[in-house]
Amino acid sequence: MFSPTFEFSLLEQQLPGGSVRLVEATTGDSWIELKSHALRQACQLLRDHQDCQFNVLSDLTAVDWFSPAGKKPVIADPRFEVVYHLLSLSRRQTLTLKVILPRPGGDELSKDAELPEIPSIADLWLAANWHEREAFDMFGIRFKGHPDLRRILCPEDWEGYPLRKDYEFPLEYHGIRGR
Amino acid sequence: MPQSADQRIIELDVRTDEMLVNMGPQHPSTHGVLRLVLRTDGEIVHEVIPHLGYLHRCAEKIGEHLAPPQWVPYTDRMDYLAAMNMNLGFSLTVEKLVSQVAPPKAQLIRVFVAELNRIASHLLGMGAYGLDLGSFTPFLYGFREREIILDLLEEVCGARLTYSYVTPGGVTHDLPEAIPIPPGLAMLTGRPAGATISWVNAVILFLDWLGPRIDDYHTLLTENHIFVQRTAGLGVLTREKAISYGCSGPVLRGSGVEFDLRRHGDKVYTSLYEKFEFEIPTAPFRNAPREVIVGDNWCRFYVRMLEVTQSMRILRQAADLWTIGGVSQDLAGHKIPYRLTTKLPAAEVYLETECPRGQMGFYVIGNGAAEPLRTRAKSSSFCNLSVISELCQGVLLADIPSIAGSLDIVMGEIDR
Repeated sequence: MFSPTFEFSLLEQQLPGGSVRLVEATTGDSWIELKSHALRQACQLLRDHQDCQFNVLSDLTAVDWFSPAGKKPVIADPRFEVVYHLLSLSRRQTLTLKVILPRPGGDELSKDAELPEIPSIADLWLAANWHEREAFDMFGIRFKGHPDLRRILCPEDWEGYPLRKDYEFPLEYHGIRGR
Repeated sequence: MPQSADQRIIELDVRTDEMLVNMGPQHPSTHGVLRLVLRTDGEIVHEVIPHLGYLHRCAEKIGEHLAPPQWVPYTDRMDYLAAMNMNLGFSLTVEKLVSQVAPPKAQLIRVFVAELNRIASHLLGMGAYGLDLGSFTPFLYGFREREIILDLLEEVCGARLTYSYVTPGGVTHDLPEAIPIPPGLAMLTGRPAGATISWVNAVILFLDWLGPRIDDYHTLLTENHIFVQRTAGLGVLTREKAISYGCSGPVLRGSGVEFDLRRHGDKVYTSLYEKFEFEIPTAPFRNAPREVIVGDNWCRFYVRMLEVTQSMRILRQAADLWTIGGVSQDLAGHKIPYRLTTKLPAAEVYLETECPRGQMGFYVIGNGAAEPLRTRAKSSSFCNLSVISELCQGVLLADIPSIAGSLDIVMGEIDR
């Protein structure tokens, strides 16, 4: 199994202490976990450093770890994570970055709960622009500093964030019955 | 006064107002349900705003409720022109997650069907692009050739468009031994229509026939003066922009980056192709017309044309492996499982494979249950389409189909 130990040690030297962690998996991919305040610096470093050259952002997505156990909903803590898959064309190497989002304030299950927030990297990789819009559309994660954070796949006036685990399909949309 | 960098635009002293023009959804040149809002001034396009989502089927959400083999049909519907490649990408991801390797015979079958489907997809892409630019003959030719491939794939798995043939663990059926010769192929090659032929021989017969036809396409399209005028030097995507936008496949290689996951990807995927010799067509091309710039429409199109030839090379080598040297005897004993019954481990895997349109990524997270916690499909067309606003600034209205078509998008993949 490939483990990004080199990238990890590089990030650990350059970033403030305690903001980066290496998670080694026995099956599947290993990843590097970041605190959200260190994300932009880490991305810039991984993209521009001579020995990294992760010049492509293959994918950006989010995962909801909320699990409705029985009738009583259990809120996972922390609940959301944003996952970045980087690719280096010259080194032919991939890397997974993860940012665990702190729980936002307010009642999480209510509709107008505060959206979790994370810095945008749309200026570092242009590909992130649409991917962040998609993550916002599907998970309701706010990307701070994104130039144009609008819904992309759902209509502009759609309610709720479909890929959240506690999403409930609307009963009606513009007079069209759902379900 | 409208300003444009395009040299062909003659600026006349006619006052025009800015207009918002809707192109699509369901416009023939938007390749599916894509809506482009164009801000135009006369003939010049100042801004292009793409609107997506008309085909959104919530495949990712459904994936959280289905076991991986059950979700394979949903991958068909993403890229309905290259369903085999999509099946393969997802199957490999799941196999990597559960640490299982498909038997060698299934791996060879996968190369057969994936490359056949890649040719079919490129043939349609080439034909439809000709149609975008007002040339009807290549469209008919492309469909004629593609029809035979669909016949061959139908003999393998019974379906013509959405195959669900490659599944986690292997493939659903073995290759058929003897098939009635497909009617289209019989007619074109002059064989008796009722004759039976082995499937692999039918593929070889088709390749023998297709080879010389590729020259027809070059005569009709790439060397055609009108075609060159409408594609060369237009919609130029620089190498840096292509990388930053995450473009992949022919779009990336047309911009001069030599990167193909069949050679440079994950071991799980490259092990299918390491036995085969093929080249990665990358711009610039020595025999290109003078007007061509690296990264323009012509280059993207030409990469696809050359990839058909390379896929044909791979298929011939695969056919040799299938019949010569007793390999088929060695493979005969292998069981081809088609149902994955193990539960998914608490781990995650992200894997990209080279589909006709570019790098298709699947991201599967398991947490001990049979259904994954998250199935994510990252599509190549999504990134490829996002460059369209950039490419279409200051071009003529009539060039929009030319640029949009050269990206060869499939909306089913973008909306998922």
